[in-house]
Parts: sequence; C-alpha cells; structure tokens
Amino acid sequence: MSRFKKKKDGAVPAVSTASLPDIVFMLLFFFMTVTVMKDSSLMVQNELPYASEIQKLDKKDRVIYIYAGKPSQRYQDTYGTSAKIQLNDKFADVSDVAAYVLAERAKKREELQNVLTTALKVDMETNMGLISDIKQELRKVNALKINYTTRSGDAFRNMQ
Amino acid sequence: MARRGGAPEVNAGSMADIAFLLLIFFLVTTTIETDSGLDRKLPPIDTPETDVIIKQKNIFTVEVNKNNQLLVEEELMELKDLRAAAVKFLDNGGGVGETGEQCDYCRGDRDPSSSDHPNKAVISLRNDRMTKYSTYIAVQNELVAAYNELRNREAQRLFNRPFTAMEAEYLDPKTSDGVKDELKPKIERIQAMYPQKLSEAEPKSN
Repeated sequence: MSRFKKKKDGAVPAVSTASLPDIVFMLLFFFMTVTVMKDSSLMVQNELPYASEIQKLDKKDRVIYIYAGKPSQRYQDTYGTSAKIQLNDKFADVSDVAAYVLAERAKKREELQNVLTTALKVDMETNMGLISDIKQELRKVNALKINYTTRSGDAFRNMQ
Repeated sequence: MARRGGAPEVNAGSMADIAFLLLIFFLVTTTIETDSGLDRKLPPIDTPETDVIIKQKNIFTVEVNKNNQLLVEEELMELKDLRAAAVKFLDNGGGVGETGEQCDYCRGDRDPSSSDHPNKAVISLRNDRMTKYSTYIAVQNELVAAYNELRNREAQRLFNRPFTAMEAEYLDPKTSDGVKDELKPKIERIQAMYPQKLSEAEPKSN
C-alpha cells in the first residue's frame, strides 16, 4: 500500500506563473482607478513658494482653483511677460474672477456651496498687486476662505 | 498536411508583459498629491466702518516694501527675526485683556509699552503692490508660525499634545465625528487664548 508515494527526487517543481497576469491586472486596475488626469493644463509659470505652517487641502470637490503667474514660454509671444490670471483653460482679467467664482460655486452641490475654499496657486515671482486685486474680487463675491497653495519647505528659501 | 478542427490557441504568455506595460504607465502618471497651503480668511467687504480705537501699543505693524524689505514697528528687520519678535509681542501680557483680566498664561516680559493681552494684540500687515508674492508668503508663514508656537505651548501644557496636531486631526475628513466633538472645545479654548488677529491693510499703490 503505497498511497503516499515518495515524490520522485529531482528538481524543485517550477512555480506556476499562470496567475501572474491576474495579479498585475489587479494592480493595474487599482492605479487606473486612483489616477486623476490633470483637468486643466497650466498656461502660466507656476512655481509655488515654500511655507512650513501649512494645512492640508483635501476633498478636491470643495476647492476652486485660481492660477496666476507669468505666461509660459510658448504663450509669451502672444500674451507678453507680465503676470496673468488663469481660470480653467484660458487667461482672464481681474474683473472675470468674480463671475468665475460664482459660476464654479453654482456648479457644486448645494450642501458644499458654503464650505468652498478658493485655492490661489500663484507663482513666486508675481507681484502682490495682482494678488490684492484677486482678493478684492473674492471679497466682493463673499468667497472668503482662501488658501495660498504652497510647497512644504522652509519659508526662508523664498527669499533667495 | 495541416491539422483541422479547432482554432489554434493564442499564446497568452505575453499578456503579463502587456499588463506590466500598462501598469508602469499608470504608475508613472499617477500623482497621489494633496495640495496644501496657508489657510487664510478674508474680511467681509461690507463691514460697517466702525472706528475701533486700538491703542498703538497693541498693534504690531509689519510693512513690506517693494524691495522685499521688512519694516517691523518702524525698524528694519530681517525675516529670520520676525517670528521671535511676533512671539514676544503677542506673549507680552503687559496689561489687562478685553474682559479686564490679567494674562495668567503669558510668559512674556510684561512690558507696559507693548501689548496688553493676547486677545487685544493685533498684527497689522501692509505690503506694497510691487512686493513679491514669495516674500509675502514667507512673512505670512512666520506670523502664523508665531501664533502656532504659542498655541502649541499652551496646548502642550493643557492637553499634552501640540495644537497643530489637534487641528490637523480635526480638519482631517477621515476623523470620526466623536473625536471631532471631543477636539472642538479644546481647539476653541486654545484659539481663544491666542486669537489670530492678523489684519491686512490695502496695499499702497504708487
């Protein structure tokens, strides 16, 4: 009765790689679902300043983005080199900010409309005049919660 | 002679390679980033212009000119000294607060010519239209850091954990409501001890 036959001695049996595609597909689907494609392409230079006392800004659906800075290299021929505001995918004037914020706010769900934050993504080299103008416009439409988006780092690096 | 019957089986051995290729593409393009920055609150535009008289000694003026130089309390200052100066001003506690009590938690010099009480102390920031944004952020960062330093100190003393950690947990959407309810009074207590009174004047245009 040799039901439990001794295995034939020899090489270790090869590990089956048949399930390898399944594993890889699983990972693939994970990354496919978490990937967020950038929805607006930047048309301005956007080197954010550094700050250390930062708060996280999560929940993307509660944020309205405003970009500002010098136009990128390829737009400089048409738009010049002075700092500009970018709303969605186009350059805008200071006077357009209020309308933009109102339009974005109207797009959001009703329960979120009161908790919106306006994230200002402004290039380091921009002058404060433009930012003051934006802030003035935001005050007009009562969008008072703002966030100066920064990179995390030592604030003294801004001064170099 | 070719064999008949049944389509020939496609070799699936390269499926893993194709999947890997896609996987690597998505790995590279994924940015699991959360933006972060300095949260600020703008003053409402339709505030009735009531002239609140604030004593000069309770105002800490910070001015930034177009050459990105700092003028703090009428004196030229380097950015690296700003945080300490702001802490010294806020924590002075030289007089009585809004309700007439002394600041019993202040550890400052109690200089009668500086701020009376943290709840009376106002930091006033004014910048030029030509000031660079990076300088402005650096100044803001230092002033917020001064508040955070004092708040952390008090939170550490009262609740044994830094204020910034409590605040981060409170703002985190993953925190459960029970924990938030527990944190809220603590945060409010600390905030009342050192209220952030940072006023920004309209920039000078020239």
